[in-house]
Amino acid sequence: MKFGIQINEGPYTHEASTTALNFVKAALEAGHEIFRVFFYHDGVNNGTRYTTPPQDDRNIVAAWSELAAEHKLDLVVCVAAAQRRGIVDEGEQERNGKDGNNIADGFRISGLGQLIEAGIQSERLVVFGD
Amino acid sequence: MAILHTVNKSPFERDALKACVRMASKGSSVLMIEDGVYGATKGTTASNMVTDAMKDVNFYVLSADLKARGVDESRLIEGIKVVNYSDFVNLTVENDKVQSWL
Amino acid sequence: MSETKKFLFVNRKAPYGTIYAWESLEVVLISAAFEQDARMAFIDDGVYQIAKGQDTSELGIKNFSPTYNALGDYDINKIYVEKESLEARGLTVDDLLPLTYEDEDDDWAEKDSIKVVSSAELAELMDQSDVILSF
Repeated sequence: MKFGIQINEGPYTHEASTTALNFVKAALEAGHEIFRVFFYHDGVNNGTRYTTPPQDDRNIVAAWSELAAEHKLDLVVCVAAAQRRGIVDEGEQERNGKDGNNIADGFRISGLGQLIEAGIQSERLVVFGD
Repeated sequence: MAILHTVNKSPFERDALKACVRMASKGSSVLMIEDGVYGATKGTTASNMVTDAMKDVNFYVLSADLKARGVDESRLIEGIKVVNYSDFVNLTVENDKVQSWL
Repeated sequence: MSETKKFLFVNRKAPYGTIYAWESLEVVLISAAFEQDARMAFIDDGVYQIAKGQDTSELGIKNFSPTYNALGDYDINKIYVEKESLEARGLTVDDLLPLTYEDEDDDWAEKDSIKVVSSAELAELMDQSDVILSF
């Protein structure tokens, strides 16, 4: 079955991203397809490679990047939400004249339409948030 | 057209469970996750609401979140099924859609 | 994409205290471009999102409540408000923005977009939806 995933919260304040990660891993193990993971609201903060948790804590951003590489996941960070919160890729850096970028491996920045498309294309859409 | 409802809030702090129970129709399922698992325990001010709803709705609780919070299964309301992430995925497949009571 | 799905956007949070209301409205507006069958539900504190008389001039956050008035122009005119949530907050439909749309099938007559419905009716609406997005 084809799943769309929406994540509304950042990596550490709320459990949402961890729950979603565990859900997505279980879905992939069961042979399901993840059409797209869409990061919205503070969820865009899951997409910065500057995350450096202490050694005894999990690195959720890296976990998403690794899972994306292994399963060719489409991790999409909402552009409008990302601009508000300072999540930047090379294109955004250029467009908005920023002095750097911070997007993590496996993530891309795109429009809100990608969420609606995930709703249309997926057989199930599951939202994780606060 | 059955719905899987997820509730991730403690019923003592917010009214997500209350709203969910109000709108979960017969034959649908409720999965308690994250802080929502406290709603699955017996002898609380929220227990009666859950046991009443259980006449029409199936209740599940996520094992990882129970264990993390030190909630022993013996403290659960009778009839609530403990499930893992793989069962969570299966519940989303068995139902037609998912409503998250954020 | 020729497939049309019934999207239900569930709003349960008050405006300004958190950003969910504003950013969820942005999703709803974008969805119009995909010509899906969009519906909005306002439940619990979500009913405060469409309360009349919002004035953020002293606060300094954009007052986005006028944007709800534009929903009708985007063909988003199925707006459901839970009766129980209104009553619990001492509100009636008169306390809400008078959201309307022009019905092209009825000589562009102006009609109310808001329907106040019971929990049971809202449950049925959820049952009939294909995709439920919560914020």
